[in-house]
Amino acid sequence: MLGYAGRILRVDLTSGKIWTEPLKEELAKKYIGGIGLGMRLYLDNSQPCVDPFSPENPLVVATGPLSGTMVPTGGNGHAFVSKSPQSFGVGEAKSHGHWGTALKRAGYDAIIFSGKAEKPVYLWIDDDAVQLMDAKHLWGKSPQETEDAIRNELKDFYIRVASIGVAGEKLVRIACVINDKTRACGRTGLGAVMGSKNLKAIAVRGSKDIGVANKDKLLELIKVQHERMKGPAARKYRTLGTPENVLVLNALGAMPTNNFTQAIFADADKISGEYLNERFVAKIIGCSSCAMRCEHIAVVPEGPYKGTTTRVEYEPLWANGPNCGIGNIDAIIKALDLTNYYGVDGISIGGIVSFAMDLYENGIISKEDAGLDLKFGNHEAALEMIKRISLREGFGDTLAEGVKLAAEKIGQGAEKYAVHIKGVEMTGYDIRGLKTAALGYAVSFRGADHNRHGAYGPDVAGKVNRFKAEKGRGKLVKDTEDLYTIIDSLIVCKFSRGTYFEGYKDLAALFSEVTGIQMSADDLRMAGERINNLGRLINIREGLSRKDDTLPWKVMNVPIPDEGPSKGSFVSQEDLDLLLDDYYEVRGWTKEGIPTVEKLNEIGMEDLVYIVKDKLETPIEKPKRKTKTEE
Amino acid sequence: MTVPPKTDTSKWKIVTCDPDKCTGCTVCEYICSLTKDNAFSAQKSRIRTMRLHPLINISIACRLCNPAPCVTACPRDALKQSETTGEILVDDEKCDGCSWCIEACDYGAIVLHPEKKVVRICDLCQGDPACVKWCPEEALDFTTKDLMAQKARMAVTKKLFKESMEAAGIKP
Repeated sequence: MLGYAGRILRVDLTSGKIWTEPLKEELAKKYIGGIGLGMRLYLDNSQPCVDPFSPENPLVVATGPLSGTMVPTGGNGHAFVSKSPQSFGVGEAKSHGHWGTALKRAGYDAIIFSGKAEKPVYLWIDDDAVQLMDAKHLWGKSPQETEDAIRNELKDFYIRVASIGVAGEKLVRIACVINDKTRACGRTGLGAVMGSKNLKAIAVRGSKDIGVANKDKLLELIKVQHERMKGPAARKYRTLGTPENVLVLNALGAMPTNNFTQAIFADADKISGEYLNERFVAKIIGCSSCAMRCEHIAVVPEGPYKGTTTRVEYEPLWANGPNCGIGNIDAIIKALDLTNYYGVDGISIGGIVSFAMDLYENGIISKEDAGLDLKFGNHEAALEMIKRISLREGFGDTLAEGVKLAAEKIGQGAEKYAVHIKGVEMTGYDIRGLKTAALGYAVSFRGADHNRHGAYGPDVAGKVNRFKAEKGRGKLVKDTEDLYTIIDSLIVCKFSRGTYFEGYKDLAALFSEVTGIQMSADDLRMAGERINNLGRLINIREGLSRKDDTLPWKVMNVPIPDEGPSKGSFVSQEDLDLLLDDYYEVRGWTKEGIPTVEKLNEIGMEDLVYIVKDKLETPIEKPKRKTKTEE
Repeated sequence: MTVPPKTDTSKWKIVTCDPDKCTGCTVCEYICSLTKDNAFSAQKSRIRTMRLHPLINISIACRLCNPAPCVTACPRDALKQSETTGEILVDDEKCDGCSWCIEACDYGAIVLHPEKKVVRICDLCQGDPACVKWCPEEALDFTTKDLMAQKARMAVTKKLFKESMEAAGIKP
């Protein structure tokens, strides 16, 4: 079992006890690593229906079998998994950079944190020497300051740090975990779970060798990937980067604007990838092992935000730009810098600010309530609001709960303006006119997200009629979901997905040559299906069901108003029901979206049948509950 | 008294890195440790990447100084410099890992092998360095110091005369 370290690090923050457990080969084969292994470890080590911020909610970090190897983009990933304080179902987020490489080199496939530290601590992993360190002096610092401070006090520049910012400390529900200064496990609020445990950071120095099963064969595969990554399959990421989407989506009438009020943004050419690259992007950098490079580092050259230097991607650019009616690119870059500084999800923060602006414009909150003139397009107010949310100041305290919970608190019909799915704020695709994507978003186990399925692909490329809900979309979504969960479990980068010309076959070959465990394309596809069912099972255990596979009120009730290709499109309840029925059927789930016993047996999940047995008509005997990973 | 003949260093080639192209991906570290030690390990790599800031990335290997301070610093005569390639040769029998050479090297281009406890320095891979071959950005080059200067002159000339070259239709 090369590639894997074969060990799981256990840290009980309440008692301070630290120990390791072996990683079973069966578990590795079935759930691969990353989000798959992370979710399984979460399930096996947690009780149902605990509060996400309680000490009883464990926090899991997992690397993948390729982490630490030279497999391009595969060498560096890690994933955080826990119960999300936003969706109250499974939360998972993945990041790249150099941190995951270090954790694998230190000799761990995963870390399971349980309990809660009495006072702020950080975990210092120096290969086999693992200890909890006092973090009182780091509390209140940004992730970037924390990283520098830890490297200074431990006197090694090559130490890699993943940490939370002030937002995580203050349990802002969209707080993220940042590593290598600009990379984030952004979505579903896991930085707040880390904060609830008084865990400020995880610092790692790894110096162990990473061996692979078949070096020569692996190098051949890597050479092929390198060549593909220099070609058209990765062109987008090497040139304009994801901000290329700005003009593409705007032309389709699919760029949500002013909190999903419109779907075309008038100032798109002032924030486009083309504009950014010419004037702002100073350098494109790469993560450990990457042969593509994608990380566009933008620098504001002049004006009040002069010198601001940060990573720019389409999603946070959209969220803090068009979705807030903001076309001032300097201010958007500043906003992205602030999200890294405070440690909040760059997508959700824009969703929350735009929600507040929408309430303000519609008279549900006043200037007195908001404390700011929250008109769409007021970038100064938006930047101030990002700060207030991150620090839970004034009205920011309410908004720090995320749009769903904030709307419940505000009342007066505010929920109609809360654009979220399962409590997680929407991302930058106007799915009113992208109906395959709409299904993908509705069923995503971590809430609103384009990264769980990539189902916008066939819509945007024109492979299907994107305005139509019809049978067959279920299979499209299922297939891409299964592939995406494998990408997130191995872990390779989503941006590299176009370079696996033969899909699972290429990915399985990389897995086999690294680990020495023979894995066929079909085995790997089934593992993808298994991991998707696992996400579903955790959500079912936490009480989520078909009713939660839904879409934001605006998406289902307000047709796209803009003159253009998408005018008039929205997703009706009838559309959604048709899509869900089709998807559940393809998945082998009941009408209520519950995986059947037959399906679970077919994909090797008989040990988890107990989760669905109450929900299905025929009762099944409950097997003995697993409580520890090694069992 | 005869003066020893000066070593002709003009043919020596070193691994250089263009920081404008380097993305900090550390592929050079991966392939170096795999080639020399059969495993992926940053600590065992003879070329190391430094990202001081997102905009500042570079990989550094032995610069083939002559005379080489590391050779001079070694109290056990474990290091010597090849006359033909300039490569610093390490005698594992004599090296005891004292690390005087690491201290003497201004470039941080010498590493202490974590298990063998002897130092490791770029050995130029018999004139065909793996890191140069595998660098995805072609940021690394294996070149003489003279060609390095030539390359820089070429680049600066292109930059200075961009407009006149375009006007004259010169395609370098």
